[in-house]
Amino acid sequence: MAKVTYIKGKEPHERERRLIFRNVDRKGWNPSIKKYLSDGGYKELRKSLRMKPGKVTEEVKKSGLRGRGGAGFPTGVKWGFIPPTNKKPVYLICNCDESEPGTFKDRYIVHQDPHQLIEGMVISCFAVGAKVAYIYIREEFPEAARIVEKAIAEARKEGFLGKNICGTRFSCEFHVHRGAGAYICGEETGLIESLEGKRPYPRIKPPYFPAAMGLYMCPTIVNNVETLCHVKHVIAMGGEKYAGIGMPRNTGTRILCVSGDVQKPGYYEIEVGRMTMGELLNDVCGGPLEGRSFKAVIPGGSSAKILRCSDKFNVTCPPGTEKREIDFEEIPLDFDTLAACGSMAGSGGVIVMDDSRRMSWVLNNINEFYAHESCGQCTPCREGSAWMKKITDRLVAGKASAADLDTLESVAYQIDGRTICAFGEACAWPVESMIDRFRDELLADTVEDNPSVARNAEQEAQRRYLQDTIAKAGKS
Amino acid sequence: MADSVPATADKLPKDLAAEKGMVNVQIDDTWVQVPVGTRMIEACKMAEKEVPHYCYHPKLSSPGNCRMCLVQMGMPPRPAPGQDPTYEENGYQKIGWMPRPVIACGNTVAENMGIRTGGDLVEECRNGVMEFLLINHPLDCPICDQAGECSLQEFSVEHGRGFSRFEEMKVKKPKNVEIGPRIRLDDERCIMCSRCIRFMDEVADDPALGFIDRGTHTTLTVHPGHRLDSNYSLNTADICPVGALTSTDFRFQMRVWFLKETKSIDVNCGTGCNTVIWTRGNDIFRITPRENNEVNSCWMPDSHRLNFRYLHAETRLTDPVVKSDGRHKVADWFEAIARVSEGLRNYHGDEVAFIGSGRMTNEELFLLKHLADTLETDLLTLVPRFDQSDGKLIAADRNPNTTGARLIWATNDPYAKLNAIREGVTGRRIKALVVFYEDLLAEADFKTSDLENLDLLVSNHILTNGTASASHVVLPGAGFAEKRGSMVNITGRLQRLNQAILPPEGAMDDWEILRDLIRALAPNEPARNLLEDVFGEIADEVEEFEELTMSKIGDLGTQVTDTKESIPLLETERARIRAGEIVG
Repeated sequence: MAKVTYIKGKEPHERERRLIFRNVDRKGWNPSIKKYLSDGGYKELRKSLRMKPGKVTEEVKKSGLRGRGGAGFPTGVKWGFIPPTNKKPVYLICNCDESEPGTFKDRYIVHQDPHQLIEGMVISCFAVGAKVAYIYIREEFPEAARIVEKAIAEARKEGFLGKNICGTRFSCEFHVHRGAGAYICGEETGLIESLEGKRPYPRIKPPYFPAAMGLYMCPTIVNNVETLCHVKHVIAMGGEKYAGIGMPRNTGTRILCVSGDVQKPGYYEIEVGRMTMGELLNDVCGGPLEGRSFKAVIPGGSSAKILRCSDKFNVTCPPGTEKREIDFEEIPLDFDTLAACGSMAGSGGVIVMDDSRRMSWVLNNINEFYAHESCGQCTPCREGSAWMKKITDRLVAGKASAADLDTLESVAYQIDGRTICAFGEACAWPVESMIDRFRDELLADTVEDNPSVARNAEQEAQRRYLQDTIAKAGKS
Repeated sequence: MADSVPATADKLPKDLAAEKGMVNVQIDDTWVQVPVGTRMIEACKMAEKEVPHYCYHPKLSSPGNCRMCLVQMGMPPRPAPGQDPTYEENGYQKIGWMPRPVIACGNTVAENMGIRTGGDLVEECRNGVMEFLLINHPLDCPICDQAGECSLQEFSVEHGRGFSRFEEMKVKKPKNVEIGPRIRLDDERCIMCSRCIRFMDEVADDPALGFIDRGTHTTLTVHPGHRLDSNYSLNTADICPVGALTSTDFRFQMRVWFLKETKSIDVNCGTGCNTVIWTRGNDIFRITPRENNEVNSCWMPDSHRLNFRYLHAETRLTDPVVKSDGRHKVADWFEAIARVSEGLRNYHGDEVAFIGSGRMTNEELFLLKHLADTLETDLLTLVPRFDQSDGKLIAADRNPNTTGARLIWATNDPYAKLNAIREGVTGRRIKALVVFYEDLLAEADFKTSDLENLDLLVSNHILTNGTASASHVVLPGAGFAEKRGSMVNITGRLQRLNQAILPPEGAMDDWEILRDLIRALAPNEPARNLLEDVFGEIADEVEEFEELTMSKIGDLGTQVTDTKESIPLLETERARIRAGEIVG
């Protein structure tokens, strides 16, 4: 294979390992199938089609690949949930509704390397027995939809899609579906409802686990764009070799999208767990901005719990060793340690905040997003997300008391774990963690409760009544 | 469901339950057996433990969106590979409780499952959900029509905090929206349980309702260009747990706690929907469906439930009327009955005819036949009333008691002689005609000139009409809500009509009119002091009614024959139950 060179100024950092992003920002590269084929494209598809579908799934299981969409669920295990007695058609859905704030990896894949995704998807379809697959692209990616449509047409023309793929008996068709601009469509059952033409209200699980009762009540596998691309590399290397990348139980590479207050924000593909937070922020991203210091990091998209940079964490690291106390900068970027530190690897959106940021504003910004995006189906999230936003609205305006923070915290816990989908946690966790880790700073933004200030409609009415009465008494 | 059976030497409770297709579930520390596949919420109901809920309705799909029915669930820990599960002394496995609550409406029971419908976690969850539901609710109970029958009120008392921590502005939404001819919507009161949306989609087959906007701004509305004008729209007001959807007809008429409930049945078609008649004093305020899974499920058509105002109409006949010198004069009952009996006695059997109604009760039909027998005539018929079925609850036969007439008159076609009688009247062969309930001019193709041919025309009506005007004697009767009796619906189910209000002072219960007429013509007839006496005679004479009494019929009726007819809505519902879509 030709040596890969990158556009000047966009070269990967030396600590990166470009697997998925191999062709992103590559010199002389374009998203056409011609380029992809000249680079050895669709070789893994031919290879998989010579295998038994079960063997492909077996390799993915062996690879230890975990979903890159947010929950980090093992992909092979997910595929294995399709009931063995199933007689209904199976669907594969590529979740390209990348909507978690702070995450921007999938858009580069579909923009610059759509054929990698298509190849990964056809292999996955072959493995799970899907004859129809959907690529659900969010409304905000119009260009991506155009590119993917074109790539699908190209792949079909070359015989990598459609009837008798690569001359085998396997046939598979792809359809692109455009979202209409809702965060909740990234939730797999919400996405399925949306694809069925309904409001994207997430379904209750049980009973509606997509692998058994998904799209049109048929077994459905929903995977993230990056995950599906990894499938190609799992086949290329073999599951066992792939599992050697990264750390045990946290295998492969993953793309981290660093945004916020660092010298060099951007996307970085690293081996999972082989890099610490400090290395990422200081070495790869060039450290804090001039004269600033890191204050807080949200490591996995806005719904992940915020980490305070001055905190210590008591975790087992590396795995298999005794628990010990580590600094924030020592946290390895893998699924399990981040979870043990009280956050999550999530979708890989690393949002960095330095000491210039006001936490009440940050929290209000996140709350506003979730209040706006709550689908409104189930009570705690519908009412709670907006309530939290209203409280932090007052907090940033200097109109909230310390007691309001307690209310805010209890509202978050009143949502957490009681909703239909994970959106409940997504909107509650930022509040819970922010109050837990930055209570002092938030308290500094509160004002003393002034009992003479009307706090609700009833008090306001009473206040006005008294005012009027006094005014009238004064006149007479 | 039975209490738990102690483990026998060789059989564990799980085996004993499995033999019966049941599973053992521990509900609030008590072990019970419930059928496999039961939803947790239904299992709790069987164990007489209330689980508060808003969105769940056994006849509709379960979206699990209100989160009010959160309970704590526990299962035995999964044994390590190669290890056998261990059982405690009582034969059950130890339950490991889950830290997160689950919805009782969407989950099904499993062997050795534990459910806690109370406790700190569950109470805290309900408390939280109640608080969330109320923060944007207008709390306008004093002017809300649902007050007194509002789940939000009820569960607030039981599970709410009693005070509000909400200090922000509430969300403003549309109020008093006329979304259909019979339903008004207050969006601020709506708790987004989606029952009405699912009802219109799944049961009424007219998906006119939906949500717009999202999050806290989610608003219930009708789809653009649509109206909630289905003939089943009022059911949405019934199942609305709050005051968001109210009946335009009933709203602001009366506080529900002043109303008396009388169980009865609908008389507008052969289905015989089970109803509750809501009255205060001698006035009917509304009629709502009553659940009967063999007849109408939980539903009822609007046109039928609203058809009661005529009982309070101005044209109501309130006294017996006798025609003398071509003019109607108010008479007393003694005089009226005497006039009829003396009149009828003058004719031979083939000169007298009787026209009854498929809207009469079994008891009335029985006595009418008896009256005809007394006068030795077989000229007895009903007036048919057939139309299209709506494919749901409205039967093609708009007479509620055709099946009853078939059984009691022992005939396949109780309408057979209508033409013969009409021709007899036109051809002056019939001299005297007794009509019960039917306006012959409007309903049976009689002409005024035909009726003028008659020497004696006696009719019984509730409201005045052409036939009454032509009658020599008019006997004012009682409406469906004013009398007791029984009817048999199209499927062959015997059901009871109960008296909710009194007939006007000068009117009389129809069976008593018939009884008095019979006694006047044949003094040796039994006294028949009670309606039960008449029913007893039917039970003696009609095979299908054997050994039945009025009280044995019960509130939900009893199947007395199988007519092979079915109610379409029930068929659809049963198919959905079989498919596991609804509990039923």
